[in-house]
Amino acid sequence: MISAHLPALQVVVPLIAAPLCVILRRGTWTWALALLVSWASLAISVVLLGQVLDDGPLSYAFGGWEPPWGIEYRVDVLNAYVLLIVSVVGAVVLPFARRSVLEEIPESQHSLFYASFLLCLTGLLGVTITGDAFNLFVFLEISSLSSYVLISLGRDRRALHAAFQYLILGTIGATFIVIGIGMLYMATGTLNMADLAARLPFVDESRTVLVSFAFITVGATLKLALFPLHFWLPNAYAYAPSAVTAFLAATATKVGVYILLRFFFTVYSFDFPLKAITLQGMLMPLSVIAVLVASTVAIFERNVKRMLAYSSVAQIGYMILGLSFMSVTGVTAGILHIFNHALMKGGMFLALGCIVLRLGSVELDQLRGVGRRMPLTMFAFVLGGFGLIGIPLTSGFVSKWYLILGAVEGDHWLIAVAMLFSSLLALIYVWRVVEVAYLQAPPEGAKAEEAPLSMLIPTWVLIGANVYFGIETSLSVGVAQTAAELLLDVGLGTSP
Amino acid sequence: MTSLSPGLILILGALPVPLLRGQARNLYMLALPILALAGVLLLEPGSYWQLSVLGIELEIVRVDRLSTIFGIIFCIAAGLGVLYSLHDRDPVQQVAGLIYAGAAIGAVFAGDLVTLFVFWELTAIASVFLIWARRSERSYRAGMRYLIIQVGSGVLLLAGAIVHFDATGSLAFGELGLGSLGTNLIFLAFGIKCAFPLLHNWLQDAYPEATVSGAVILSSFTTKLAVYSLARGFPGTEILIYIGAAMAAFPIFYAVIENDLRRVLAYSLNNQLGFMVAGVGVGTQLALNGTAAHAFCHIIYKSLLFMSMGAVLHRTGTIKGSELGGLYKSMPWTAGFCIVGAASISAFPLFSGFVSKSLILSAVAEEGYFVPWLILLFASAGVLHKTGIKVPFYAFFAHDSGIRVKEAPRNMLAAMAIAAFLCIGIGVYPAPLYALLPFDLDYHPYTGEHVVTQLQLLLFSALAFTWLMRTGLYPPELRSVNLDSDWVYRRALPRLIQGAARIFKPLEMGLRQAGLRAVYALILRTERHHGPTGILGRTWTTGDTVMWVAILLGVYLILFLL
Repeated sequence: MISAHLPALQVVVPLIAAPLCVILRRGTWTWALALLVSWASLAISVVLLGQVLDDGPLSYAFGGWEPPWGIEYRVDVLNAYVLLIVSVVGAVVLPFARRSVLEEIPESQHSLFYASFLLCLTGLLGVTITGDAFNLFVFLEISSLSSYVLISLGRDRRALHAAFQYLILGTIGATFIVIGIGMLYMATGTLNMADLAARLPFVDESRTVLVSFAFITVGATLKLALFPLHFWLPNAYAYAPSAVTAFLAATATKVGVYILLRFFFTVYSFDFPLKAITLQGMLMPLSVIAVLVASTVAIFERNVKRMLAYSSVAQIGYMILGLSFMSVTGVTAGILHIFNHALMKGGMFLALGCIVLRLGSVELDQLRGVGRRMPLTMFAFVLGGFGLIGIPLTSGFVSKWYLILGAVEGDHWLIAVAMLFSSLLALIYVWRVVEVAYLQAPPEGAKAEEAPLSMLIPTWVLIGANVYFGIETSLSVGVAQTAAELLLDVGLGTSP
Repeated sequence: MTSLSPGLILILGALPVPLLRGQARNLYMLALPILALAGVLLLEPGSYWQLSVLGIELEIVRVDRLSTIFGIIFCIAAGLGVLYSLHDRDPVQQVAGLIYAGAAIGAVFAGDLVTLFVFWELTAIASVFLIWARRSERSYRAGMRYLIIQVGSGVLLLAGAIVHFDATGSLAFGELGLGSLGTNLIFLAFGIKCAFPLLHNWLQDAYPEATVSGAVILSSFTTKLAVYSLARGFPGTEILIYIGAAMAAFPIFYAVIENDLRRVLAYSLNNQLGFMVAGVGVGTQLALNGTAAHAFCHIIYKSLLFMSMGAVLHRTGTIKGSELGGLYKSMPWTAGFCIVGAASISAFPLFSGFVSKSLILSAVAEEGYFVPWLILLFASAGVLHKTGIKVPFYAFFAHDSGIRVKEAPRNMLAAMAIAAFLCIGIGVYPAPLYALLPFDLDYHPYTGEHVVTQLQLLLFSALAFTWLMRTGLYPPELRSVNLDSDWVYRRALPRLIQGAARIFKPLEMGLRQAGLRAVYALILRTERHHGPTGILGRTWTTGDTVMWVAILLGVYLILFLL
């Protein structure tokens, strides 16, 4: 019985829990509720992925209104995978959030924090699961608005400015997307993605469709922070509360990449030359620049949180680069990196959260000797850093391997070289932290203070997964490959 | 449980060692090799623990009779090494020794080249700490040279494996055979680790610089792992017979004039490896049996010899033949064990060397390799000379040096006693050893012909030694340093480079400064743009970003609508 409604429950459960949080008011209770809900979401997404892998795509008609008239939730391998990523990160970050939030946010705002957190989770899950273009926009706004609130709760006053800037730019991005969707509606008279995909090839008003494509591309690349539209991201990540940074860094931009994938390969599934031009002529060079420039900026950054934020911009470059190869291997690499990067960057930001708790700052100068003061935390950070560099036996290596494979397959030799060079840049910025943390003596009188277990365990869960998926790749690669084949089968017109 | 690689028991088991103290640590460390041995004995032939990584099939544990016999002897050697080193309170050595032994055991059970490579490199990295643990400048440098050569061998192995995989699509570690670039590289990698002639110097260079117990442990694993790998990958490769014969013969001359008794043992280690390599080269069932059996016996008596010399070094603080002598009075037990080891290495009947070496000699003779057979025979005689007599003679007898010390510590004596017991036990009753060999064997070492030949050889050799000593023709034990082919890379190459450096120095300085200036300029310029205040690193105003949004949209629209 219930299993038939799982797609709806995936979104509805956190959505209903959010106002409950506000009603409960007490910090501990709201946290417990949020934790419960996030674990329930995780369970649902695991079951969904299992069902989709076994039985193929699921379709759920909301309120009994058959698609394309009603809102359809459509789960295939790709979005089941992204749902899993989002809900895993949510379920891991919440246990961590308890201590971190107590430290960083005034008691009176705790219920608001957890309510916004759940709304953000709702929005991200909703964007991923829905099969309706306008519904996607609605959920995108839910997730964005709640994330503005979450960022603005940061201790640093600059968090307000960062949240404001993100609000303006995020709204512009969402607006562009809704303009694009509107034009699609104008041209086809439908909002259901599958229906759109079926009708678009036969539309006469090709100019409208093309303009919609341009708007959606720009809107999505703004949301996912592709160079040069990434300038909102470093401040937002740097000044948000630690738990929020970890959650958003591991999920929000990934959902942005998902939107791009969905529109490029499902909605605009028919083969038109401009898609290739966009991907190979615009997105490919932009993502290579993103990788190189953002990595270089990260090298000079003094604040480790900002450094990781710039590194995220670079890593997003890897994902988009994978898509731009337009081959199964390339798209596999992109999807795989969504997963792997969520694990390692989430884990690293959690480790930084532990450091903030104990040291109060993540300026590089403050981290002297922290390797001796917080050995477990710092070791987790270093393992995550290995992932960013792409050292074998971490998941980062696996992503990079497929990415370079995709580059070589498509004869993009220069890009393969640039990827290897970018690993060197990553090595430098990770090493800067290692050097300060391990090779410099801690300041006089500093005590060894490891973070509490409630924060260490979530950190190590993500970092451990990062190592695990670097060795045992059948799940992460297998699902990514199935998803890529599914997308390209339809998306590149290789089969009618 | 049964599919777990027994090597991992030692590798993972080594990690908590530093946390334990006193008696608990001793018991724990002794239990590990016993557990590993149980693990080896429980493994049924077959292959376990297959993994697929990035589309490459790996076989972490592959069990057959060849790997089992090496697994067993490695566990025994690890146990002896642990027992011998119990009096050391140096966790670095203890952890390194256990990981090293575990890696060697893991390597003999590796079913593919990648797994082999991982364990291969792990033996190199773990073992170097046994040399560095002496904590002197000299051992640091010897260890560094050792590490470079060992890691280099691993890199060659990996390169060979990649080329081989590219050519054949298989990474399985079975019979490879020479001929293609990939297998030739792998052969070279094995050869370095096996200390082939001209590739051998790392052994004599590094082992005598190791700690007392370090040398015991080192002598057991690295080279025998290489012998195993050769037996697995290149059985019946004819060139190995000649390489083996050369290996068996040439160290004798060095051993005769060498003064450092542990270095004498290192040379004779090389000579013994020669027999095994020749056995692999013959490649018949009898020969491979001989190689495995000889490796088995050799590990025991060679560690026994290193243990006794280690005990001498431990008590007296020196190991120079010229400074020792007459120690039998103060260390009678050690002297007795040393003589057992010497008798075994010289292959006296009723000692373990006899029952295994004669297998190899018979195999070489059976296949009609007359010249190698003669060389090996000469080498057998030489062994007696240089190790069988020289080592115990100079350390415990000869002229009395006047050194009076205590007998070796009890744990050392216990380890030596077990090893000596095994030497004699195998020599007297070889059937259990023969039952372990890779192929079924029907062989009787104690025929009249074998015994008489060997005794003649030994007696004449002993006679020669006595005569040379009496007439004063035998090279006296001098404080000397012998030149070997490693002179090329230890002296000549650095000289050459220094000479060249003197000429090119001004030029090089100029270039370097120019280069540095260019790098600084580049970094400065990069920082100007990418640093926190640079255009790419600073926070932009919202307006500027929005302008970029507009520009990008414009570019797309122009692109699409043109």
